[in-house]
Amino acid sequence: MAHRLLSGVMNYSETSITASTPFLTLENVRKTYPGVVALDGFSMEVRPGEVIGLVGENGAGKSTLMKILGGVTRPDTGTVTVDGIAHDGLSVEASLGSGIAFVHQELNLFDNLDVAANIFFGREPLRAGALKLVDRARLRTMVAPLLKRVGANFSADTPVAALSLAQQQMVEIAKALSIKARLVILDEPTSSLPLAETDKLLDVIKALKADGISVIFISHRLHEVERVADRVVVLRDGMLAGTLQKSAINHDQMVKLMIGRMLKEREKASEAARAPGAVALAAKAIRTPAYPSRPVDLDVRRGEILGLAGLVGSGRTELARVFFGIDSSLGGALELGGKPLALGSAADAVAHGIFLVPEDRKLTGILLDLSIAQNISLPNLPAHARRSLVSASAETATAEKQKSNLGIRAPSVQTRTGTLSGGNQQKVVLGKWLAMNPKVMILDEPTRGIDIGAKAEIYGLMRALADAGVAVLMISSDMEEVIGVSDRIAVMHEGQISGILDKDQFSQENVLLLAVGKQPK
Amino acid sequence: MSKKDLGLLILILVVGTVVAIINPRFLLPINLANTSNLIGLFGILSIGQAFVIITGGIELSVGSVVALLGTLFIDFIAVRELDWPLAFVLIIALGAIIGLVHGWLITRLKLQPFVVTLCGLLIYRGVARFYTADGTAGFAFGQNFPDLEFLTAGRSWGVPNSFIALIVISIVMWVVLHRSVFGRYLYAIGKNEEAAKYSGIRTGRVVMAAYVICGVLTALSAIYFAMYTRSISPASHGQFYELYAIAAAVLGGFSLRGGEGSLIGVILGTVLLQELQNLVNLLGIPSSLNFAVMGGVILIGVLVDQQWGVFRARRLMVDAARKNVAGAAAE
Repeated sequence: MAHRLLSGVMNYSETSITASTPFLTLENVRKTYPGVVALDGFSMEVRPGEVIGLVGENGAGKSTLMKILGGVTRPDTGTVTVDGIAHDGLSVEASLGSGIAFVHQELNLFDNLDVAANIFFGREPLRAGALKLVDRARLRTMVAPLLKRVGANFSADTPVAALSLAQQQMVEIAKALSIKARLVILDEPTSSLPLAETDKLLDVIKALKADGISVIFISHRLHEVERVADRVVVLRDGMLAGTLQKSAINHDQMVKLMIGRMLKEREKASEAARAPGAVALAAKAIRTPAYPSRPVDLDVRRGEILGLAGLVGSGRTELARVFFGIDSSLGGALELGGKPLALGSAADAVAHGIFLVPEDRKLTGILLDLSIAQNISLPNLPAHARRSLVSASAETATAEKQKSNLGIRAPSVQTRTGTLSGGNQQKVVLGKWLAMNPKVMILDEPTRGIDIGAKAEIYGLMRALADAGVAVLMISSDMEEVIGVSDRIAVMHEGQISGILDKDQFSQENVLLLAVGKQPK
Repeated sequence: MSKKDLGLLILILVVGTVVAIINPRFLLPINLANTSNLIGLFGILSIGQAFVIITGGIELSVGSVVALLGTLFIDFIAVRELDWPLAFVLIIALGAIIGLVHGWLITRLKLQPFVVTLCGLLIYRGVARFYTADGTAGFAFGQNFPDLEFLTAGRSWGVPNSFIALIVISIVMWVVLHRSVFGRYLYAIGKNEEAAKYSGIRTGRVVMAAYVICGVLTALSAIYFAMYTRSISPASHGQFYELYAIAAAVLGGFSLRGGEGSLIGVILGTVLLQELQNLVNLLGIPSSLNFAVMGGVILIGVLVDQQWGVFRARRLMVDAARKNVAGAAAE
């Protein structure tokens, strides 16, 4: 309590002295979740009219920081000072009330309503009278200047469903302006945008800045950060890895701060050129339910890590679901080791040694309520049973082996997986498949939300699998990861393989060009 | 035995002691035998329901199935004069088929269990009433089936054979649920069907098997109920029995979301329900209040259990927060 009062007083006195006082200051913010320190003594400040680029790998603590700023969660210790007022933590109301607005990666718009209705949803101007009818004329006049400020080229009565993604984001930003936002936080706004639309969005950010509104721009696309940010704040492992002033912002510096010691691991992993093995899993004109008119041809070879890159929604996960028998293909054929492969369910794929580490660990990867041992034995339970009765000792033995093999950090194999950190949960998912002799291992975003140490271990495991002759298919949206880990990269664009890059063609630019459907250089 | 089950057992003993003190007739052999007979009949039914609930499903048609299959059974042996073992096998097979159809509609055609079995509830009741032309199915004067009657309504050493049947079935089903591969699959599916599927389990088949088990046990209990009442009017026989079975499972610690509950729990739930019924009779509470007493007790039981869970979660959080503060101070 004393601490809180003190810092409040300190900030108050600062406000009265300096004119360009920060709009937002975070001091020594710490937040822990069971098993993970999400933020550890993090400090930063945002001045009015400043564009901050916030970068960091998945799991670096960005989303926790957002939750604290949005008032969804409170820090364990530390202070958040907004507009000169110090808080132990914000409430949702305090966050909104002080003019902090969010534009999330997943947009929160009602696509059955028009633009104006979305911007003033819940705050519509009403006509006089008991019926409380919406004053549509006034609504339109209120919306017009907002749309102008974000440079919109569409009218207020356009249904949201008819807008492109970038235009929808403009609507979100207009909504933020309508509540007189003083800080707009854009969370990965460009990750699903085509390049041309991205430019428009970056212009909007510049316009906000000109109006004295602060912006926190979170992005994995470092070139864009380079273009708009006045200052870059880099998060790593929940800590401030460094701050780059305008003149010092460049791609290499950011990467260096973001991944630090990781760089070496990756270089080592990709050093040796490998002789390609025989084709293990082959897709011949496979058509997924998401893109029924786009046949996919793809070979995954033994002993290689094939990276599968592409934008969100390009059909990568859907392809993996077909390979794993969850969805059935609408046409074409699969081959395993040159022989036709018919999959009616995931059980069939498992029986053939095709395993999937799914994208959504908690929903589909593991059962949070079961123990480590129960999760690991689940796909191969009959092998851990005598006369169909489960043998606890056999289960424990298998699990112990995987635990020490993978370095799963847990008190025992009887520990509930729900209490483990993301990285250790992911190792349990891997463990259940490694215990079974994989032929083809498909990993969908295997390191999302995992701390850096565990990431390096997972890369090592994937490499070891490939060295043992397993065909590894890795879906990843993390550009550094795709380039650093893969032996070949296949890129998907709108449901089709737009190109396959060999090692000597690897570059972020080439992957991005293919991801948006253009030819690589 | 889990803490939950132990708590339920203590509750049963406390209620029993109170009732016995107020009305000593509670402990008379005849009363205990009657009550344990009912426990046997409802227990078999409730175990079947429990297997479905553990997958996150529900089976609302069991009351109507008890009426339909009971009517058919009596009709088979009394009117059509089939050998009773043959009739027995036919009825069990019919129960399995009903379960199979429900399971198929739910897993293959992706209909909701509530909807499928609600339709079953209406259909089977209607068919049973049509079959007897809304009359009563019963035995003619002097018709006797000594072996069948001994096995279903008889007693061994003073213990009703229906109760002994329940104990045998419980032991078998305990092994199936808590020790077998199939039982583990059931829990896994109940906890998270998607994750179970992604682990290579053929979830559809497992869920279908749960409905078949429920159908078979319901058919078995239908025969027991039929031989207990000896005459069935299909319009009312077995009415609300699905709710008794669901209530027993819920009292026994089952979550209707699936993945939680134990075999001992559902048996104890059945025992408590029958004890409450008996209590209403013995303590002179108007029998019209029967359902109200049961509903009240279930509500209180679930409430206490849930509040206890909230309390424990809160205490864990406070402990964790304290540790954090201590840790931060140490730094």
